[in-house]
Amino acid sequence: MLSFRLFGLFGLVLFNIEVFSQDTTDLLKQIEVSDTVINSSYATATFKSTRLINGHTVESLGKNVLDFKISHRFGKLNGGAYNLFGLDNATTRFAFDYGITPLLMVGIGRSTFEKTYDAFGKIKLLRQTDESNRVPVSVSLASIIAVKTLKSLDTSRKLNFSSRLFYTHQIIIARKFTEKTSLQLSPTYSHRNLVRLASEPNNLYAIGLGGRQKISKRVSVNAEYYYQLPSYKLSGTNNSISLGVDIETGGHVFQLHFTNSQGMSERTFINETRGGWDKGDIYFGFNISRIFDLGKKH
Amino acid sequence: MEPRIIKIHNSLRAVTKVFILLFILCPSTIDAQKVYTKNGSVSFFSKAPLENIEAKNEQVTSVLNLATGEIQFSILIKAFHFKKALMEEHFNENYMESQKFPKAVFKGSVREHDKITLSKDGTYPVTVSGDMTIHGVTKQITTTGFIKITNGTPSATATFNVKPKDFKISVPKIVRNNIAETIDVSIACTYDQTLK
Repeated sequence: MLSFRLFGLFGLVLFNIEVFSQDTTDLLKQIEVSDTVINSSYATATFKSTRLINGHTVESLGKNVLDFKISHRFGKLNGGAYNLFGLDNATTRFAFDYGITPLLMVGIGRSTFEKTYDAFGKIKLLRQTDESNRVPVSVSLASIIAVKTLKSLDTSRKLNFSSRLFYTHQIIIARKFTEKTSLQLSPTYSHRNLVRLASEPNNLYAIGLGGRQKISKRVSVNAEYYYQLPSYKLSGTNNSISLGVDIETGGHVFQLHFTNSQGMSERTFINETRGGWDKGDIYFGFNISRIFDLGKKH
Repeated sequence: MEPRIIKIHNSLRAVTKVFILLFILCPSTIDAQKVYTKNGSVSFFSKAPLENIEAKNEQVTSVLNLATGEIQFSILIKAFHFKKALMEEHFNENYMESQKFPKAVFKGSVREHDKITLSKDGTYPVTVSGDMTIHGVTKQITTTGFIKITNGTPSATATFNVKPKDFKISVPKIVRNNIAETIDVSIACTYDQTLK
């Protein structure tokens, strides 16, 4: 009887030892490993730069980051060998973009094309969430003001300063579908104070469509199209179509592309593109972006 | 038997039962040796001619079983924060490919675990060895470190080196002078939570 009891107790003890030395090879599984990170639950790098080819992307700069941009558009390819397929001519734009906060950035620039100065502000309204599909898209709002300072050839009338102003506002909606593919849509509203003919509207509407496909860790292929709504298309203009390649190396992004738009400010490429792809009015160009971190050094 | 002896015999049996019961219940106290934290810190430093790179992760999960010496770490790559936003973006997109390999994991054991008891405060030098998995590649790593017991709470610190090359993290020639071939890693975890 006693031995029975002892045996029973011994068995209980054994059983307990067995339970306590369970398979502990995956201790990590035993605690809830939380995968969500507070700050990094947003999709990052939907595009590699704040510009796709000509137009804005949904991306903004980090806080205290300065982006120096130099853009070139050479002449038309159909200029032939004599003009070295357009390389003999070039218009340039240089700009300084600055991130005030991770959500708000500003920039100023100047193009040689029609001697245009431009300034913009861009704010991130919504950020796409990573992993979960709580927020499926990123949305930014960009507002650009441009001043065309080219002296008017028409000496019969004096051009007021206000007549030189152009405003462009865009709502940019983008989605990073996969690590390699991102698409964006930019409904655009432009206003110009001075029109060429009374029949031309002051307010113009267009929709931008753009996308990028990464072909390696640092290289992507981009495309951009601005569709002007039919009754808001100025005569003699075409829709801007551009194709390009982005190459990223450390602090630089090199963007090489072909486009039918000669100008690099919003009012020129969205509403005043005169080149036609079918006619060979294709401009080869590039943008170089160099990032400087102006934040406090440790 | 004499009544007195019967009494002693009975109380002895009772005492034995209590002891055995206690022994059965005891394991739960030994289980208090499984401790963990969800905000351990891991930081790394790369010293190169053109640039120094530094990042810190303060959301590291780590579990320590002092009874068996097992120690495990789970490190979410996206939780490494850099002073420069672009650096953080490149770290995740181009080097660590955190979309493909979201976590770095270490599973190993502390050699001197039997010398450490929660009840005795002090600093114990230890040797930890195990498997480190970064960027999908697993390597055996051994390092020295310290486990310190303060008021019954263990904390671990260690510094060791890793080579990006060992974990198939490719560094293009153009940035060869920006990223060191050997990176210094430091860990510091305070195990303030107990696994039941």
